[in-house]
Amino acid sequence: MKAFSELIFREDLRYTEDHEWVSSAAEHLQVGVSDYAQDQMGDIVFVELPDEGAVFAKGDQFGTLESVKAVSELYLPIGGEIIAVNTALSDSPELINADPYGTWLVRIKPTDPGEIEKLLTVDAYRQMLQG
Amino acid sequence: MRYLPHTDEEIAAMLAMIGRSSLDELFCSIPDDCRYQGEMPLPEVLSEWQLEEHFTDLGQAMAVGDRHKVLIGAGSAHHFIPESIRALLSRSEFLTAYTPYQPEIAQGTLQGIYEYQTLTARLLGMDVANASMYDGASALAEALLMALRIGRKKTRVAVAGSIHPHYRQVVRTYLGPAGYEVVELPVGPDGRCDLSALGALTELAAVAVQSPNFFGVIEDLELLGQQIHQSGALFIVSFSEPLAFGLLKNPGECGADIACGEGQSFGMPRSFGGAALGMFACREQFVRNMPGRLVGETLDREGRRGFVLTLATREQHIRREKATSNICSNQGICALTAAMYMASLGGSGLRRLARLNYDKARYCQDRLGQVGGKTLWNSPVFNEFVIEFPGRDFRPARQRLLAAGIVAGLELGRFYPEHAGRYLFGITETVDRAVIDRVAEEVEK
Repeated sequence: MKAFSELIFREDLRYTEDHEWVSSAAEHLQVGVSDYAQDQMGDIVFVELPDEGAVFAKGDQFGTLESVKAVSELYLPIGGEIIAVNTALSDSPELINADPYGTWLVRIKPTDPGEIEKLLTVDAYRQMLQG
Repeated sequence: MRYLPHTDEEIAAMLAMIGRSSLDELFCSIPDDCRYQGEMPLPEVLSEWQLEEHFTDLGQAMAVGDRHKVLIGAGSAHHFIPESIRALLSRSEFLTAYTPYQPEIAQGTLQGIYEYQTLTARLLGMDVANASMYDGASALAEALLMALRIGRKKTRVAVAGSIHPHYRQVVRTYLGPAGYEVVELPVGPDGRCDLSALGALTELAAVAVQSPNFFGVIEDLELLGQQIHQSGALFIVSFSEPLAFGLLKNPGECGADIACGEGQSFGMPRSFGGAALGMFACREQFVRNMPGRLVGETLDREGRRGFVLTLATREQHIRREKATSNICSNQGICALTAAMYMASLGGSGLRRLARLNYDKARYCQDRLGQVGGKTLWNSPVFNEFVIEFPGRDFRPARQRLLAAGIVAGLELGRFYPEHAGRYLFGITETVDRAVIDRVAEEVEK
């Protein structure tokens, strides 16, 4: 596993305590998992995602990530409707390991776009990881 | 590891170590009114030979085994067990119910399970089979829970009323407290599952059908499967007599999403209702929602064939309350027995044995028909059928036969009040013509 200094962070993203990232683009938000999360999980072998059109509240479980050693739940950082799921992941789940910030899991149309401001900034997320 | 109780000396030494004078003092923190007062009402100690005699007497009080001809299946069939299976099973390495906690160290155990899974998947025509569940009933309950996981927000399932009554009871036990609704579909006038209520049922995660069903009737699985799939539900095929698939189209060919049932027919004796074997298989697309353990084949770093537990990440010891099932064990010795049995018979042997069962059951139906017996329904059956004797009381004949060591049919009133006075007969290869003729003769007396 990577040392803290080797972990990659992206300055322009917001993060959650469950190690997901959120990026805003136009009408929708993209959700993925952080470099720390993919590194902790190891080789990801299966991604379970919701149907398009499903609606979730903030903090709802919307899918799972399965690595060779564990299955982890994915929790939605912001409530809203799923407008797209990354179908490339059903055949190539390893994309998450290769490029965690370039690989989104779902796109959501947030119920309240303002909620993004309540998520962790990159500095707050770094601080949380350092304990 | 040996499981022997501690000696008085050992107990005294342990109490001395922790500074207690007696076991009562050790347990003094448990309130008196929660503790049993007085001596336990246990029978006196018996010698080994007295104990053996006691259990032999108990065993002989039951109408099973070599002293009786049992013409009842009803979920526990009396089949011949080849001596080769008894001999192979006597090897002590096999005698554990569990896969070890570091499973890959026990390659033989894993290979045994892998062979069982492969044979089961082939028999049922499914992509993948698990390492087994407890019995046909728990396998059905687990199949319905699996369908509810796949159906995500759906909270309702339907089961055919012609499924074994015990299986349906276990389903209610599993699903009721979890807040799921179990709808029971009626039995139609042909003894088969009636799906006409299906259209009115929304949000169904699955419909489960048994074939041959509890009455021995072969369901039209292909047709049922189409209708069930049209309703958007998963199609679960349950069974209590896997031998039938030696002759009939298997669940996979008929479109089943999950096939599950009882494997006792494959080499397991009827020992007061157990041990049983839950066979469980599904389509590959659903494998991540399948309960229980799964053994896979792989290559080690030197390229040699080896076996591993696979998808264990979804089992209880890793995933806790979010596991696919709270069963993360299997019926090891029974699964191995079934694997030995299936491998011994092979595909053609299984077919011949199934044919023999079918033919003998037809002979019995015809013979009882000659003495006034009337088979219920005209639907096709395998090795079981329901018969009644209009204008005649079958009970005295049944009593005379029982005294002669022949157990002739199961009266259905206790399971289906509307079928009181009707009898479910099960005829396997172990029943010969003379026995069937004897039953017919007693009916005529």
